[in-house]
Amino acid sequence: MAADLSKIRNFCIIAHIDHGKSTLADRIIEKTGLLTAREMQSQVLDNMDLERERGITIKAQAVRTIYRAKDGNEYIFNLIDTPGHVDFNYEVSRSLAACDGAILVVDAAQGIEAQTLANVYLALDHDLEVFPVINKIDLPSADPEGCAKEIEDVIGIEAMDAPRISAKTGENVEDVLEAIVQNIPAPVGDSEAPLQALIFDSLYDSYKGVIVFVRIKEGTVKPGDRIRMMATGAEADVVETGVFGAGQFIPYQEGLSAGMVGYITASIKNVQDTRVGDTVTLAKRPAKEPLPGYKRVQPMVYCGMYPADGAHYQDLRDALEKLKLNDASLFFEPETSVALGFGFRCGFLGLLHLEIIEERLEREYNLDLVTTAPSVVYKIHKTDGTEIDLTNPTNMPPAAEIDYMEEPFVAAEIIVTSEYIGSIMELCNERRGIYKSIEYIETKRAVLKYDLPLNEIIYDFYDALKSRSRGYASFDYELKEYVRSELVKLDILVNHEEIDALSFIVYAGSAYERGRRMCEKLKEEIPRHLFEIPIQAAIGSKIIARETVKAVRKDVLAKCYGGDITRKKKLLEKQEEGKKRMRTFGNVEIPQSAFMSVLKLDDN
Amino acid sequence: MEIYVHIPFCVQKCLYCDFFSRTSDESVKDRYFRDLEEEIREDGRTGSYVSSVFFGGGTPSCVPEERIIEILDLLKEKYRVDPAAEITLEANPGTLTKKKLKLYQEAGISRLSLGLQSADDKVLKKLGRIHDFAAFEESFRLAREAGFTNINVDLISGIPGQDAKSFEKSMKRVLKLGPEHLSVYSLIIAENTPFYALYGPEGSLKETLPSEEEDREQVEMTRALMKAYGYRQYEISNYARPGAECRHNIGYWTQEEYIGFGAAAASFYYTDPEKTKAERVKHAESMDWRKLPPEEKEELSLSGLMAEYMILGLRMNEGVTGTKFKEMFGREMKDEYGHILDRYETYGVVKQEGDRVFLTDYGQDVCNLLFEEFL
Repeated sequence: MAADLSKIRNFCIIAHIDHGKSTLADRIIEKTGLLTAREMQSQVLDNMDLERERGITIKAQAVRTIYRAKDGNEYIFNLIDTPGHVDFNYEVSRSLAACDGAILVVDAAQGIEAQTLANVYLALDHDLEVFPVINKIDLPSADPEGCAKEIEDVIGIEAMDAPRISAKTGENVEDVLEAIVQNIPAPVGDSEAPLQALIFDSLYDSYKGVIVFVRIKEGTVKPGDRIRMMATGAEADVVETGVFGAGQFIPYQEGLSAGMVGYITASIKNVQDTRVGDTVTLAKRPAKEPLPGYKRVQPMVYCGMYPADGAHYQDLRDALEKLKLNDASLFFEPETSVALGFGFRCGFLGLLHLEIIEERLEREYNLDLVTTAPSVVYKIHKTDGTEIDLTNPTNMPPAAEIDYMEEPFVAAEIIVTSEYIGSIMELCNERRGIYKSIEYIETKRAVLKYDLPLNEIIYDFYDALKSRSRGYASFDYELKEYVRSELVKLDILVNHEEIDALSFIVYAGSAYERGRRMCEKLKEEIPRHLFEIPIQAAIGSKIIARETVKAVRKDVLAKCYGGDITRKKKLLEKQEEGKKRMRTFGNVEIPQSAFMSVLKLDDN
Repeated sequence: MEIYVHIPFCVQKCLYCDFFSRTSDESVKDRYFRDLEEEIREDGRTGSYVSSVFFGGGTPSCVPEERIIEILDLLKEKYRVDPAAEITLEANPGTLTKKKLKLYQEAGISRLSLGLQSADDKVLKKLGRIHDFAAFEESFRLAREAGFTNINVDLISGIPGQDAKSFEKSMKRVLKLGPEHLSVYSLIIAENTPFYALYGPEGSLKETLPSEEEDREQVEMTRALMKAYGYRQYEISNYARPGAECRHNIGYWTQEEYIGFGAAAASFYYTDPEKTKAERVKHAESMDWRKLPPEEKEELSLSGLMAEYMILGLRMNEGVTGTKFKEMFGREMKDEYGHILDRYETYGVVKQEGDRVFLTDYGQDVCNLLFEEFL
């Protein structure tokens, strides 16, 4: 049974961080009556604690609500929330591809900001209809008229009639609901055509197996149908189809047809089979071709993850396996380190993805972790003609066996206002960027194109970009090619002992500088001991930088009488607790934080 | 056992002080002494042998002398106080008179501890002290005249703006007077004090604090100077003429039993006849200490007692011995802590000479790192 497409609106909300995206989403859900205000946990769409705390959306989410419009008709709203970080750009693009339109939220006090534009362009690239909403009119500093003018001038979309709202107080949110009906186009599609359903996310559930989030572009899918994922080739029988309630899945056994957004379950055991961007079709009557835009996402960044306490190795393995059920882009395999013992080499989409996994392991699985410096994948061409992919610096063969090495480059686009072009170009040059072009998108904004080595951007490039442009730069990249490069392995010696977990691969021209900064940073991180500790950076047997942690001179409680003893002992115990969070190498105790801190070396 | 009596009153609170003390009016003091007396009377250890009494503060000398003497008389009446007991009273320059000192002396107070802190008037102002150096000299002279032959002077090193040279000058002015005992404390920036706001981690003046190296330079100078003047260092911060060591404080470091009376006072006593278990209880830091739950209460097992024996014993230059350890705990010190002691000997923190273990000078500077290992 085909749905009445004219009564469906599939859309997303796009906004700069903190402009009120999640608050507006909550209001829409609340005002459409599916949930009462009391039932609402605030910010329904950001599910994980981590997402709430960071104020970002990590996984795509969707919710379906029903709105009775002023024209007397009931409309189905499918609101799809999109992730908000460059690491997840591919996921964002697939979420947008599942929509027909987008609401652009702009803060009436802040006006347009970098991400606003980047998001609008992304939406326009996907042929989405974009209409603006001016939010936070309750703020004393709000300037809705100025904001509307700015939207028209800079983005070139009509904004004078844009709803002026306060998502926080709920003021004028009804105008947004009407605007959705008026401005977002109804979906199109033929429910009789061969099935083409776009996977925009998937979730593992221990009872139902993988829950596949789809937007049906063409055709119909029902329970009992045998489906096929066109890219992975996996097949399965549909058990359940349904739509998204707020925080729950509502079965809808009549099936999903063209224009609808919903989910499919088919007792699929592994999210690896249901990759974001793939097209679901019917095995019996397959579509001629998949929907455009599928990409197999590969880990771009690798690092070692070790349990702080070796006894928790198996716990770490179990936790990684559980996380992987829900995260097709997470990779891991066992590895060992002289310094850190047994652990895993893990692959991620980017540094944020890495940090999120690390935090979830620590928080949700209560694991204390030591993480080694992230590395990209290098290609080593050996003198014997073989080629290896190097994901762990420790495995680098001796220099004599290496013919040449290659490192991955990305094609990067940076959108920046004209006053910061100079400092951003400087940053790109420091990071060995190859200038490609500059193009003004309007009088004050330009798109800078650079080819950049991936290993120069995985650590702290995003932070550096933000700080050097006061937040007014946005950044996107995609892997371009492997390029031959002069690379060396830099080792760190603490008290004359090599710490394998601190070794990393670096461009030969930056080795001296990197080594010096590593030593300086470690000097800050390693506490004074009872003896002097040299910290050295070395390439092979050649020392290129050195710092010294001086011996401790004073750590004494001058007074200790009857009334002081209990309290002073507690101080000592606390200090001793701190030591337990350190790793011992020979006689030297290195805090676990040192292994991560060496990544953030940009001083500017 | 030993007795400690806390007198939580001051004329003015010093800027670095985190002891429990107040500037209170007479009615508060009246009530305090009434509660204090009651607490002593209600104590169940009537008739116990007492080897020392210590009136600490606060400033015990800032309340009328009769108050102190009444308490001391009460203690003597209730317990078996050794006629040769060390009876110490803390006093501050600016609160002592000839008459007061005479009455203290007659009541049996045998030891005076004078809070000077610095011999530099500018530094005294900076610390928020009520007296200048001249007032101290006067108090010291009066005390000698009243017959006190055992006087301690408290000094502080490592005060912002003070260097080894100016501190040496300060010390020499004091040594000229020839006190029997000196306590020299390296300044502690304690939380919840005005000094913490100024010199603590967030303080605007924290850069003016001496560095670890400068602070130790003053400590090293102190050690050398005291030695030259014929004093013996017997604990991290304490120096005495031979025989004038403070017996009361040595009791704290050798796990003698003590009872504390008054607000914020601590007691330590064994809870079994074999002395394998003990308790330390500190009264609430409040004028209502009798009605409130204790500030701290700690139960010590044998392992806790052994750790404290090491931590407290090593504070003293004499150190600890395997023989004493065995006598107290029935175990070998080497079995319990030999591996730690050997390791810290290689770092130059401790020395092991036969049965005896003690801190080196460097060890005294960094002893926390060793002490943590015992816990």
